[in-house]
Amino acid sequence: MSGLDMAIQGGIWALEILAIAVPIALSVAYITYCERRVIGFMQARKGCNRVGPAGLLQPLADGLKLVLKETIIPAQANKLLFIGAPLLSLMPALVAFAVVPFGETSLFGVWETPHIMAISNLNVGLLYVMAIGSLSVYGVLMAGWASNSKYPIMGSIRSTCQMISYEISMGFGLVTVMMLAGSLNLADIVHAQAGGILHWYMIPLFPMLLVFFISGCAETGRTPFDLTETEELVAGYYTEYSGMWFATFSLAEYGAMILISLLTSILFLGGWYAPIPALDFIPGTVWLLGKTAFLIFVFIWFRATFPRYRYDQMMRLGWKIFLPWTLGWIFVLGVFIYTPGLDSIIDFWLAWR
Amino acid sequence: MLKRAFKTWFLWELLIGLSVTGRYFFKKKITIEYPEEKTPLSPRFRGLHALRRYESGEERCIACKLCEVVCPALAITIESEERDDGSRRTTRYDIDFTKCIYCGFCQEACPVDAIVETQEFEYATETRAELYYDKDMLLAVGDRYEKQIAANIAADARYS
Repeated sequence: MSGLDMAIQGGIWALEILAIAVPIALSVAYITYCERRVIGFMQARKGCNRVGPAGLLQPLADGLKLVLKETIIPAQANKLLFIGAPLLSLMPALVAFAVVPFGETSLFGVWETPHIMAISNLNVGLLYVMAIGSLSVYGVLMAGWASNSKYPIMGSIRSTCQMISYEISMGFGLVTVMMLAGSLNLADIVHAQAGGILHWYMIPLFPMLLVFFISGCAETGRTPFDLTETEELVAGYYTEYSGMWFATFSLAEYGAMILISLLTSILFLGGWYAPIPALDFIPGTVWLLGKTAFLIFVFIWFRATFPRYRYDQMMRLGWKIFLPWTLGWIFVLGVFIYTPGLDSIIDFWLAWR
Repeated sequence: MLKRAFKTWFLWELLIGLSVTGRYFFKKKITIEYPEEKTPLSPRFRGLHALRRYESGEERCIACKLCEVVCPALAITIESEERDDGSRRTTRYDIDFTKCIYCGFCQEACPVDAIVETQEFEYATETRAELYYDKDMLLAVGDRYEKQIAANIAADARYS
């Protein structure tokens, strides 16, 4: 490979990264706006509607405010870790998008075969997402430790515990998808669900969809699992943060929320396929993003509806309910796949047969 | 028993909760966008004070100082003198709105309906000094809102 080729390849990669990172940052800004409006509507209020038409400039005003705020680093804090923590929690939230397929396109017939729209169509995509997702725990733990203050450390301990607990049931939920699709490649998993709503994995794996999505709520620390940032802990692990570093944390949180919604639609809701094949003339990316937007709305809906779990209740839900259910479902699915006679029921969804 | 298990495993209660918030999503919003929209005020609303005049232009206040005495916050200061025509009039009538608690006792005490409280409540200022109203300012407020004040007193008259 000559230097020029490498430079061109690097440029293409940079463009691809920008094409995903910038929309994510923008959509995070507007998800905060949607969140405020939707929660307002559900409380019979109007929500923010003063800045710009229908309040659409509110996220920009919020962003400007956060940038202009003073960054306070406590005197007793470990400065390197204190600043590193938000970066380390933002990084995995963004890096995980590298393998997410946003659809497939033949570029209006320029290419003969459709190409997957992902930065990297990784064959171990599912494992990669799980591995990268687990890394965000380090940012949280670092933030709590580096703040050198009691509430952040309690919040980060809770948060770490919560993320690790729910990652297990989430991972087992993904195993069931893997058993049906026979692949770890996210694009292949979507291809396995081609052909209408009956082929989507939400039909045979409905409990796993619930487990995955609710665990996703817990992973991202959203209500009803936001007990890492409860009032009793002031603000949990980001008590001591202000200004832009605080914004980085919430960017990571909302980025993770988008990621969970994207993954749920890819793994369970048929990705970029329309619910009935006749509607496939609408571009797949529109379908994928529409499903994702709906799931993000559900996240916000949850927040407007449910009270917060107590800590032991949350642990009970993760270890005593979700884990047995996912393990049981893996077992049942295995029995269905490998028992002659029963496998004809499940064959409909088995792409690798 | 079976029903309970069904409800637990299908997250029934959670779905009910979601449907409640889902219905509220489409309900009419009760927000009042304040500077453009305002809630209706009672005729008895106790806002900024005003000193009234008779239709002839003669000020009503006869400097009996009942309001000064009754004021629980000691916000009113009155000095009076005999005027050339022999009637008793105030030379000074100050209300310190940083002290005033808007109880309305002055209005109740007044035998000639001179000191009243208007429905005006948007008079925030940037300094405390501006909230110290003297006689001229109070009379000006009265002149400005006389119509409204008279209407409110008329509306309330049958209850008093």
